[in-house]
This record gives sequence, structure tokens and C-alpha cells, in this order.
Amino acid sequence: MKQLQGCADMENSLELIAFFLLAGSLLTGALMVVTLKNLVNSVLSLIVVFFSLAGIFILLNADFLAAVQVLVYAGGVCIMLVFGVMLVQRKDMRESNPVNRRFLIAAPLTGALFLLIGLVAAKSPWVKEAGEVPENTIEHLAPILLRDYVIPFEAVAILLTVALTGVLLLVKEVKDNGRSS
Amino acid sequence: MLENIFVSSLNWLKNLMAAVELPAPLADMLILVIKLAAILGFILINALWLVYMERKVSAFIQGRIGPNRVGPFGLLQTTMDVLKLISKEIIIPAAADKKLFLLAPLMIFVPPLAIFAIVPFGKGMAAIDLNLGVYYFVAMASLSTVIIWMAGWSSNNKYALLGGMRVVAQMVSYEMPLILSMIGVIILTGTLNMNGIIQAQEKVWFIFLQPVAATIYLIAALAETNRTPFDLVEGESEIISGPFTEYSGMGFAFFFLAEYANVLLVSVMATTLFFGGWLAPFGWTFLPSWFWFIFKVYIMVFIFMWVRWTFPRIRVDQLMGFAWKVLVPLAIANIFLTGLGKYLFLS
Repeated sequence: MKQLQGCADMENSLELIAFFLLAGSLLTGALMVVTLKNLVNSVLSLIVVFFSLAGIFILLNADFLAAVQVLVYAGGVCIMLVFGVMLVQRKDMRESNPVNRRFLIAAPLTGALFLLIGLVAAKSPWVKEAGEVPENTIEHLAPILLRDYVIPFEAVAILLTVALTGVLLLVKEVKDNGRSS
Repeated sequence: MLENIFVSSLNWLKNLMAAVELPAPLADMLILVIKLAAILGFILINALWLVYMERKVSAFIQGRIGPNRVGPFGLLQTTMDVLKLISKEIIIPAAADKKLFLLAPLMIFVPPLAIFAIVPFGKGMAAIDLNLGVYYFVAMASLSTVIIWMAGWSSNNKYALLGGMRVVAQMVSYEMPLILSMIGVIILTGTLNMNGIIQAQEKVWFIFLQPVAATIYLIAALAETNRTPFDLVEGESEIISGPFTEYSGMGFAFFFLAEYANVLLVSVMATTLFFGGWLAPFGWTFLPSWFWFIFKVYIMVFIFMWVRWTFPRIRVDQLMGFAWKVLVPLAIANIFLTGLGKYLFLS
């Protein structure tokens, strides 16, 4: 019995170490995103952030969310990279993410936002006792998405489709065939 | 006896660790490390020998002999090639982004290794039996794009950058039909677990129930691995070698071997999703399940090589148009029909 207790303690402390490592790499990555001079390096450190976040999700037993994090965000970063490189109008990419003087405006705004989030976090009634995590988390997700909340789900899908079509319409080259389109 | 050779040797190790009274978490971790090291060895050895296989298959198709000097039947040819590449100087272009340039070849084997960790190589032979299975595969596979793009961009070379851009365009586009074609199978099985998918094919392989999905998967997989007829990423006649233009020595070797690791990977997934994984065909269970798995994987690899040496390269606009105008609608129609079929069949 005592040995079992020891094992549980060891696992807990391993989890704690993992959490601090992940949190550390997450914050370092986030800082690098903001401070690095090169846009590409910034976006690449965003991958580190997403990965650390996925790791934290795994620690919380939310494995599906972690996979979503990697697929949608970390995998989608390459699109951001391509658009970053193609749209940035600078001769030297090494100075594509410069710092300017506007932090005098930005600092109070972000500070206020930080305070607001902190306030909400402090006031919200957190569930402190961890509930039982089911063995298979995905099976419970499908009925919720596709049966209980199917109408909001489909509404979001339609919204995204409309947005996609709108973007296509906007960026499509206008061919002038002698009459105004 | 043969069937359980890997499982029982691992059990023996576990018992050994229990005998010397290692703490349980430490022992679990050690077992995991051993499993992953075995998988890494498997990937590297396979990548090495698949290069040899590719050269022999291409030689066969083109009526040549292929490598035949180093070792019996030229079997040691690729080993010697890699030894040569290791001994070569690593050249870093003066204008390159040095850190990214060196990081890209180091990272390129991470996604394949991470995915192989969940592959069931035989009955009860997955290093990690993950419920997310297929979804995890898709998530991890999407990372290769970024790494190859990193290589192309950091080289600071026009051809490399063009290749990098093509990688993103091509791999992101073909990810869509790849994922959508898997959904048909997932609807049929109702599970993402790879072992579950294999066991659902006990009576009939999904290639017979999902022929359209299987075809779409094979085409998209060819494009995902950047092989002819979809090798625009490294089209030699257009952009030298694409993202890998500036790499020499071991950096080049890593990318070269990673291509074969990826071929192995998509073959493994094809085997799992459509060809019954480790299930023995016709009930021929006198050979162990892991043998059947590897055997089917190699047949898939052979088909990929066969296609490569038979078809010419296609144009960029044709490539993108084919993905978005043909494969994606077809895959969506397949999902719809599969769902309808399952609904009618069940009710």
C-alpha cells in the first residue's frame, strides 16, 4: 500500500514538472513571437506555443483538444508563414517584425485587458474538484456536436462557408470584358 | 511462438524490471523508451533499404540492372551512400538563416516517429494504443509541411523558396482529400482507434466497401509524399531540387531518407485503413500477424514506386485543380453516400 502511495506521489510530481516545463516553453515561445525581429522566426516560435498548449491539454486529459490544437493551429501555421512572406513589403526579412514607439498606447490597453481577464478569472467559480475523465473522450463529443447542438454547429459551418466564398469573391481578379461588372 | 515473439520479449523485460524492483513509473518510462527506440530503428533501417528497393524497382521498370556492385546484389549500396554522405562537409550558405537551416533536417524525422508510435504492427503490437488514432496521424502528418518549408525558406535561395511555397500549396491542398477519404472508413467503424479499425475488417477489407475512398487516399498520399507524378516540389528540371537545393552531406541525406519514411507511413496507413492491417488474408494464420502487416505494407510501397516510375510529372495548375475540383467533391460525395448507406443498413 505504501509503495502504491509512493508511485502516485511520483506520478504527481512528474506531472508537476511537466506542467512547469510546458508553461515555461509556452511563455518563452510567446515572448519570442512578440520580440523577434524576423517575422518568420516569430511565426515559427508560435508553433512552440501551440505545442506547449497541446501538452498542457494532454496533462488535463483533454487529448482530443490537444490533437485539434496541433492539427488546426500548429499545422495551419505554414499558411500564415506563406502569407507573411508574400505580403510583407520589406526588402530584408530580418526586419519584418519591427518594434515601434506605439507601446505607449499599447501598454495601458493591454494592461487593462490583463486586469480585466485577471478579475474575471478571480471571480469565476472554478470547479476545484476534478471530475472523472471518461476513458474515451471522443465518443461523448460526437452526439453533443451532431445531435444536441446540431443547429448552432451547422450555423457556424454555414457562416464559415459564407466567409470563404466572400474571400474568394474579393480576391478574384476582376476581368474587364468591356462592361462594368 | 512466432506470433508473440515481440510481445513476450517485452513482457520478459517487464518482469525483469519488476524483479529488480524498479519503481513503476520509471519502469513504464523505460519500456516506452525501448519501444520508441525500436521504432526509430525500424524507420531508419526501412528508409535505408527502401532507397535500395526504389533503385531496383526503377531499374526493373526501365530494363536496367540497378545497383549490383556493393555487397551481394548491391544490397549494401545505400549503406555506403549514407556513409559517404556522413563523411561529407556540411556547407551552410552565407546568406542562410543558420539556425533554421540546421534545425530543419533535425526535425524532419520527428513527425514520422511520433506517428509510428501508435501503429499496430501486429496483434497487440502498438507502442501506444491511442483512442485518437487516425486523428492523431492527421495532426502529426500536417507538421511535415512546416519543416520542409523551413528548409526552403532558411536556405535563402530563390529555387528553394519557390519549392517551399509549392510544398505548402500542394501539401495543404492534398491534406483535404486525404482526411475526407478517411472519414468514410471512420463512419463504417465508428472508431478512430487503429486497432479497432483493423478488427472491424475481420470479414471484409474496406477496400471492397470503400473503393472510392481508397482510390482518393492513394492519390492524395502520393501527393503528400511529394513523389512523381506530384513531385513538383523538387521538380529537377524546373527548380533544381526545391527546398533541398542548398543541403549537402547529412542534411541532404536526412531529407532523402525522410521521404522514404513518409512513403512507409502512408503505406502503413493504407494497410490499416483499407487492407485489413495485420489480419491474415483467407485465414492464413500460420504466419504471424506482424508478418502480414509488413508484407502488405511492402506491397503498398511497391505500388507507390510503380506509379512513380510509370507516370510523368503534371503541371502545377493541373495539380491544384485536380485536388480541389475532383478529389474533394468526390470525397465529400463518398462521405454522404457512406453515411446514407450506414443509416439505411442500420434501420
